[in-house]
Amino acid sequence: MKPKKFILLIILSILFYYGDLTANNNNVLVDKISKNLRCLICQGQSVYDSQSEFAVSMKLLIKKKIKEGNSEKQIYNYLKNQYGEWISYDTEINKKTYLLWLFPMFLFIIGGVLIFRKVFIN
Amino acid sequence: MKKNIIYLAIVFSFIFIFIVFYKGIYKTNIYVPNELNNKNLVQFSSKDLFSEVELNSSDLILNNKFTIINIWASWCMPCRAEHSFLMDLSKNSKINLIGLNYKDRPKNAKKFINNLGNPFSKILIDPDGTISIKLGAYGIPETFIINKNNKIVKIFIGQLNKKNLREIERIVEQ
Repeated sequence: MKPKKFILLIILSILFYYGDLTANNNNVLVDKISKNLRCLICQGQSVYDSQSEFAVSMKLLIKKKIKEGNSEKQIYNYLKNQYGEWISYDTEINKKTYLLWLFPMFLFIIGGVLIFRKVFIN
Repeated sequence: MKKNIIYLAIVFSFIFIFIVFYKGIYKTNIYVPNELNNKNLVQFSSKDLFSEVELNSSDLILNNKFTIINIWASWCMPCRAEHSFLMDLSKNSKINLIGLNYKDRPKNAKKFINNLGNPFSKILIDPDGTISIKLGAYGIPETFIINKNNKIVKIFIGQLNKKNLREIERIVEQ
């Protein structure tokens, strides 16, 4: 094989490998994001798990957004903006969710106090 | 006394749980968020079903009429069922009706329109469903009512009915 052809082959192999690697990385990111999103028309499934038309289209949109250069956070924010906080499994702490976050802690503390009193004081 | 309190607490807990579940039975399980209401319509572009010319959403929204975007497909039975209501809406001069053909074969979509009539001023195609997701749609059929300022004022998820039709007419009369 002539050196020129050999070099060309190496360059093409590197490009092919790099392209494949990028595509794989993108797919991993699509999977990661879609696992954190609730399929809004399914019963207890994430977008990743669901094969509904909604979920399939959403996965495609996420892929497109990644290709356009959007970050993970930007994609979450975009979808939250369109579909509301409910689409995300990772509920943010804000004035609407204070009770959700603080009530279990409150119960935990009350339970702890009751146990403490029972064990050490009585 | 203590026994009575425990007994009452248990009874009230059961009553509370019963009421919650009983109310839950009649509550619709279709999640309709308010997030999109009063928000600007997302910009999108796609090909026209018939001419295959690329069109931008901003060119389709008219500032002297209410725009209705209806997401439909030839394979969707509720879309077929609501088509007569769309035909009625198309007669209203205050409405600019746009169709978004969702994950459909152009041949089938054209056949559907030829058989049932074309209520739309323009039909754009959404071959992979991503435009619908960009809009914030859940599935089909779905209908977005957009005012003259490009703001979404109402979304109807699912098949339109007579009640919805009257509501749309009331909105565009405002």
